[in-house]
Amino acid sequence: MDFSAIIPALPGMWEGMAMTLKLLVLGVVGGVALGTVLALMRLSHNPLLSRVAGAYVNYFRSIPLLLVITWFYFAVPFVLRWLTGEDMPIGAFTSCLVAFMMFEAAYFCEIVRAGIQSIPKGQMGAAYALGMNYGQVMRLIILPQAFRKMTPLLLQQSIILFQDTSLVYAVGLMDFLNAARSRGDIIGQPHEFLIFAGLVYFTISFSASLLVKRLQKRLTV
Amino acid sequence: MISIKNVSKWYGEFQVLTDCTTEVTKGEVVVVCGPSGSGKSTLIKCVNALEPFQKGDIVVDGTSIADPKTDLPKLRSRVGMVFQHFELFPHLSITENLTIAQMKVLGRSKEEATDKGLKLLDRVGLKAHAHKYPGQLSGGQQQRVAIARALAMDPIVMLFDEPTSALDPEMVNEVLDVMVQLAQEGMTMMCVTHEMGFARKVANRVIFMDRGQIVEDCHKEEFFGNVDARSDRAKQFLAKILQH
Repeated sequence: MDFSAIIPALPGMWEGMAMTLKLLVLGVVGGVALGTVLALMRLSHNPLLSRVAGAYVNYFRSIPLLLVITWFYFAVPFVLRWLTGEDMPIGAFTSCLVAFMMFEAAYFCEIVRAGIQSIPKGQMGAAYALGMNYGQVMRLIILPQAFRKMTPLLLQQSIILFQDTSLVYAVGLMDFLNAARSRGDIIGQPHEFLIFAGLVYFTISFSASLLVKRLQKRLTV
Repeated sequence: MISIKNVSKWYGEFQVLTDCTTEVTKGEVVVVCGPSGSGKSTLIKCVNALEPFQKGDIVVDGTSIADPKTDLPKLRSRVGMVFQHFELFPHLSITENLTIAQMKVLGRSKEEATDKGLKLLDRVGLKAHAHKYPGQLSGGQQQRVAIARALAMDPIVMLFDEPTSALDPEMVNEVLDVMVQLAQEGMTMMCVTHEMGFARKVANRVIFMDRGQIVEDCHKEEFFGNVDARSDRAKQFLAKILQH
C-alpha cells in the first residue's frame, strides 16, 4: 500500500467533491421544495390532489434510485425530442439533478407531512381566526414551526443523499467517488484511492450525523 | 350583530348541534354555559366559520356564513377570537404575534401595526414583555396577549372559547379583569365560560346548552334570580357549579 500518490491527485478529487456537493445542495433544495408541495397536496381535502401526491410518493419510494437516474438520463431527451421534434441534449448533470430532486421529494414529502401534522390543530384555527387565507396560514404560521421541528430529520435524509450521489457514476458524471476511482485506476493503485474515498465519506457523514444528534437534543429540550 | 338561525351540525351520524337559534345585539355580552360536550364551543366556532355546519345560517353584521360566496377570511378578520389554549404563535415574538395579521391581512404598515400592538399590550399590562416569546410567559399572560392580538384587528365582536379553563386558578382573575373592562367599554362579546361570577357581573344574557340544544336563553337577572323557573337540567348544572 502506497498512499503517496493521493496528495498530487487531491485538486482533481476536490473537483469531484465540488460536483458531489453541488448535486447535494441543489438536490436537497429542490427536493424539499417539491416535497413540501407534495405534502400540502397529500394533506389537502381535495381527494384528487391527495391521491396524485400519494401515488407519486408510493411510486418513487418503491423503485431504486439508480433506476431513476438512468431512466432520466436515457428517457428524458427521448421524451423531449418526441414532444418538441428537436434534439435537446440535457446532459448528465441536469438529468441527475432532476432525478435526485424528484426521487428525494418523495422522502422529504413524508418528513414535511409528519412535521405539519405535529403542529397542534389550534394553531391553524388561530391563524384562520385572524383572517389569514390558506397560503398565509401555511407560509407564516404552520410551515415555519414544522420546519423547525423537522430540521434534524431533513438533515439526516440529506446525509443519505450525500452518499447516494455516488450513483451518478452510472451515467459517467465525475463526482467525488468517480473522480477518486478513475485516478486510482489510471495510476494503477485503485485500492488506495478507494480506501481514501471511503474515509472521506465516512468522516463527513459521521460528523454530520453527530451534529444532527446534538441539534436534535437542543431542539427537544 | 350576530344572528344564529336554526343551526344544526353533525359529525357523521352524531348530531352535535340541534336547531340552535339566538341573537347577539350590538354592545351585548352573552355568556354561553353548559356541561362539557354540550356543543357550546362548537357553536361559537360556527360563528366565525372555523367549524362548518350543515343546516341553518349564521349572519354576522349582515354577512351570511352559509352563503358560499362569502369571503370567509375577510369576515374572520372582523371577528376576534380567543381560545382555551391561547394559541399564540410560538415561533414569533409577542410583538410579532400582535402585528403579523395586522400587516398581512389588513395591510397596515409595520410602524402602524407595532404602534397599535404595543398600545394594546400596555392596556393588558404587559408592555415590558414585548420582546419576549410566548413560551417565556405564564398562561395568564399569554391569554392576555391573545386578547390583545384579537383586539389589534379592530373586531366588531369578540368571541371567547373557554378563555380561563386552561389557566391555573390564580391566573384566572387577571384574564377576567381584562374581559370585564372590555365588556364595560361596550364591546359586543360572546363568551363560552363557566365563570359565573363573570356572568353575574357583566353579562346581559345567559345561554345554557345541553346535548347540542339551547335550553335556556334569558336575561342574567332571570337566569340567576329566578332559579326555580329554570329547566331541570339547568338547575342541576347551576347547583353543581354554584355549590362551592
